[in-house]
Amino acid sequence: MRYHTPSSFDDAARLAAEASGVTRFLAGGTDVLVQMRAGAVLPDDLIDLKKIPGVTEIAQTGDGGWKIGVAVSGARLGAHEALVRDWPGVVEGMELVGSTQVQGRATLTGNLCNGSPAADSVPGLVAAGASVEITAPGGRRIVPVEDIPAGPGKTTLAAGEVISAILLPPRGAGGGDAYLRFIPRTEMDIAVVGCAVNLRVDGGRITEARVALGAVSPRIELVPACAEAIIGTSLDDAALDALAGAASAACNPIDDKRGTVEFRTEVAGVLAKRAARIAYARANGD
Amino acid sequence: MSKMHVTTTVNGDEAEFLADPRETLLDCLRDHLGLTGSKEGCGTGDCGACSVTLDGELVCSCLVLGVEAAGKRVETIEGMANGNELHPLQRKFIEHAALQCGFCTPGFLVAAKALLERNPDPTETEVRYWLAGNLCRCTGYDKIVRAVLDAAADMRKEAA
Ligand SMILES: Cc1cc2nc3c(=O)[nH]c(=O)nc-3n(C[C@H](O)[C@H](O)[C@H](O)COP(=O)(O)OP(=O)(O)OC[C@H]3O[C@@H](n4cnc5c(N)ncnc54)[C@H](O)[C@@H]3O)c2cc1C
Ligand code: FES
Ligand code: FES
Repeated sequence: MRYHTPSSFDDAARLAAEASGVTRFLAGGTDVLVQMRAGAVLPDDLIDLKKIPGVTEIAQTGDGGWKIGVAVSGARLGAHEALVRDWPGVVEGMELVGSTQVQGRATLTGNLCNGSPAADSVPGLVAAGASVEITAPGGRRIVPVEDIPAGPGKTTLAAGEVISAILLPPRGAGGGDAYLRFIPRTEMDIAVVGCAVNLRVDGGRITEARVALGAVSPRIELVPACAEAIIGTSLDDAALDALAGAASAACNPIDDKRGTVEFRTEVAGVLAKRAARIAYARANGD
Repeated sequence: MSKMHVTTTVNGDEAEFLADPRETLLDCLRDHLGLTGSKEGCGTGDCGACSVTLDGELVCSCLVLGVEAAGKRVETIEGMANGNELHPLQRKFIEHAALQCGFCTPGFLVAAKALLERNPDPTETEVRYWLAGNLCRCTGYDKIVRAVLDAAADMRKEAA
């Protein structure tokens, strides 16, 4: 295995484009090292991104949004008060990943690019309307987060493409978001269902919403029908029931020992309601 | 496979070793530096027996490559006692019988020390969540949690 430490994303992309064997980028390594250890993925080229300047930084952008470096750990994300104030749902999703030790290393970008349908930070990013900046040998482009997952363990990134930052939109007035997951224990487990809700209120009425579901289909997805169920309402019981129905209807889950199809489908509705209530309360400043 | 020369700081002293880039920091500590206090329980980030700090951040050394430690500060269980004088956490683990086979103990101690550096007065719940990534198959955890809370109380008294 060749271990590379490029000092720019252009170099990282070039290295990846020129590599012919199994290639992986190294952010926190909490997926890559586990896969190496299991023999599931034995990279010929491992491209460590942590020596690139700025990758551990969180910066406010000119429009009031946020740019998050690809090596920012969960622990760092959670310690950033202003970011937590703007996007508590995004941060709480990432903070659910693993233990304290895993939090010291794991990143949003690695969670997204590992491609797990149960990745805990991804529904929050999708609901927030986050995007990623992709660097390729030909240049840079910005892509919505929901366009990256492509089924278990897969992404839409082509060889030679590397994510160079995560971008969160400006929070703006009256906004709130939340993420909840169901696991059979209280810590250190894989989501059986995950749900993120992001909304905006004006005078108690919801004017915008985005809802994303995790672990209930091969890809983490944005569910427009859930958003439609609550936009224009003040999150009354009828709206919550419609939201739950839309969430359950969007499920196409696996059936395993940790959750049957029936269970996952029902819990998706329950979590959607609960996450929406939290997001709504946050949006109203309660 | 060409090995890489790594220079790092371990428990305050400069350390050097030659590492295959696939080797974990845990392998390098144990096999190249002879620091066998950090244990391998799982090798996959689940048990915390390999806990060390890297530039002050608590991590599983089985999930860090040895080559990634270049130019960084690593603190291991070997740096915890001051000569023959045990760290308060070590004393309290003995007093409370917070270990049986002892395999998990270095990881718990390193993790608990990192907690008390950030939060000298944690609640029981905070201790339990912080240590959720450290597994023990002998003690049932209760004695470990008591030992950490008691050590924290002692350290607050000492500091006052
Ligand atoms: C004990 C344990 C518990 C865990 N618990 C959870 C959990 O509760 N929830 C959860 O969702 N996950 C969990 N995980 C999985 C893992 O920690 C997360 O997916 C983590 O966010 C991965 O981030 P990383 O930075 O460590 O990724 P890495 O391992 O560094 O990389 C992961 C993948 O992303 C690719 N990649 C990394 N950076 C880039 C980039 N900039 N551009 C393109 N591709 C890139 C890599 O090539 C690799 O394929 C757990 C892991 C462990 C070991
Ligand atoms: S050996 Fe590293 S977590 Fe178990
Ligand atoms: S004392 Fe045996 S594993 Fe903890």
